[in-house]
Amino acid sequence: MMRGRVAYAGAIHEAYPDTNGVRLADGRVRGEHEVVWLAPIEVGTIFALGLNYAEHAKELQFGKQEEPLVFLKGPGTVLGHRGVTRRPVDVTFMHYECELAVVIGQTARNVTRENAMQHVAGYMIANDYAIRDYLENYYRPNLRVKNRDGGTVLGPWFVDAADIGDVTQLELRTFVNGTRQQHGNTRDLVTDIPALIEYLSSFMTLAPGDVILTGTPEGIVNVNAGDEVVCEIDGLGRLVNTIASDADFGRA
Amino acid sequence: MFALADHLLHPEGEALPRDVDASSAAALLARGMACRAPVSGAVYGTLLNDRAALAALGDAMHAAPYKAPPKAPVLYLKPRNTLAGHRARVVVPDNALGVEIGASLGIVIGRTATRVGVEQALHYIAGYTLVADLSVPHASVYRPSVRFRARDGFCVVGPAVVAARHIPAPDDLQIEVSLNGGATFSASTASSVRNVAQLLTDVTDFMTLGAGDVITLGVPHGSPVAHIGDSATLSIGAMPPLTVSFVGAEEQEGEQP
Repeated sequence: MMRGRVAYAGAIHEAYPDTNGVRLADGRVRGEHEVVWLAPIEVGTIFALGLNYAEHAKELQFGKQEEPLVFLKGPGTVLGHRGVTRRPVDVTFMHYECELAVVIGQTARNVTRENAMQHVAGYMIANDYAIRDYLENYYRPNLRVKNRDGGTVLGPWFVDAADIGDVTQLELRTFVNGTRQQHGNTRDLVTDIPALIEYLSSFMTLAPGDVILTGTPEGIVNVNAGDEVVCEIDGLGRLVNTIASDADFGRA
Repeated sequence: MFALADHLLHPEGEALPRDVDASSAAALLARGMACRAPVSGAVYGTLLNDRAALAALGDAMHAAPYKAPPKAPVLYLKPRNTLAGHRARVVVPDNALGVEIGASLGIVIGRTATRVGVEQALHYIAGYTLVADLSVPHASVYRPSVRFRARDGFCVVGPAVVAARHIPAPDDLQIEVSLNGGATFSASTASSVRNVAQLLTDVTDFMTLGAGDVITLGVPHGSPVAHIGDSATLSIGAMPPLTVSFVGAEEQEGEQP
């Protein structure tokens, strides 16, 4: 099942795909542009993986890793489908990262690889922006790069794990203004989903609603204000975001 | 929203927090009461905001892997599994390394703070609390593993959030950590690179802090290290002190079905 969360006519609704747009839980069917899309779930802790696709790691000139490169993100970064993300006017390189987001469904502590997938509730598409100009070498990736307001786009749908046939064979694609720039497949994850759950749960407790952004494949390019960025993952839909300028945010 | 009248604390076993005056809070705590963390928002830790910490890095800041002194605040998340309260028993994962006790001033946000100016910053603060920002000691601050700072119980907060009006000078508070009632580690919020207002200004330029969120002013340089069996008492200014004890992993282990 695919579920979204939208704001419409004064309330927040669970919503489902419909041939005419989106169907609210109360039965109303509305066009995709008539509603405001929120992240499909209220997220708990957000984990993100750096350099978890071999080719992308090569692209950024990193060698072999001793353990997964995990960092954490705060709730203020979360943005829904069709949201806008600000690009500061003074930066030279801001990029999207299309990622498979894994949603934890059961408390997980010291879970083995064999049992790990039982703790997965479902999946979403994530587009996790970064601004390379702000990279500093303390507690990388520093929050000014990776924890910006509106920098983590999630949705449009949360899809139950049972509805995804083989999560190790999903294609990821990103289009900027209609041109495909990024292309990868979850089969190329350096640390796969069961290993990530085993690793994280070995030193901390994962709870329902926690989200693991599993990293992004190669193919990142700079985006500019006005660009439309669309991330697709097989079976999960199509996540749209638009880049906005400082001026749009009242920063002259 | 996040609002408090005086001293907000959440006794273990009670459904709701209590908001009481200083003497009532002291009386409750004197009975040996354990508390839950008095906050439930996001908690952001700050590092290298102590001038002594930067001085200790010295020339290393200009060499690989750092290459330059930090410009933006050095921050990280303390995720929800790390939250614990007064009298928490925290597992020491490796007793040879111990656990560093970063006694930090917790700044508790009262209303949505986005692009807050220095002059207005203090108006966004509901109150202050103590944060024992715990970590497995690690030498490099380049890309430390989350397993050093994000372990269960590694962010002990409280016992109380103290209303901001009780703390008119947050940038001049004495910080003390006592291990087992003995030798005391001392520091001060006065040695911060960024003071409370400047930190909020620089952080909220790119990320919103919400009501009930906490950001620490930063871990003091040279913080003490605890081992299994130790008990630490942290105090900052005149706020009620925070007690944490350190235990072995034995009783917590075991795989889930």
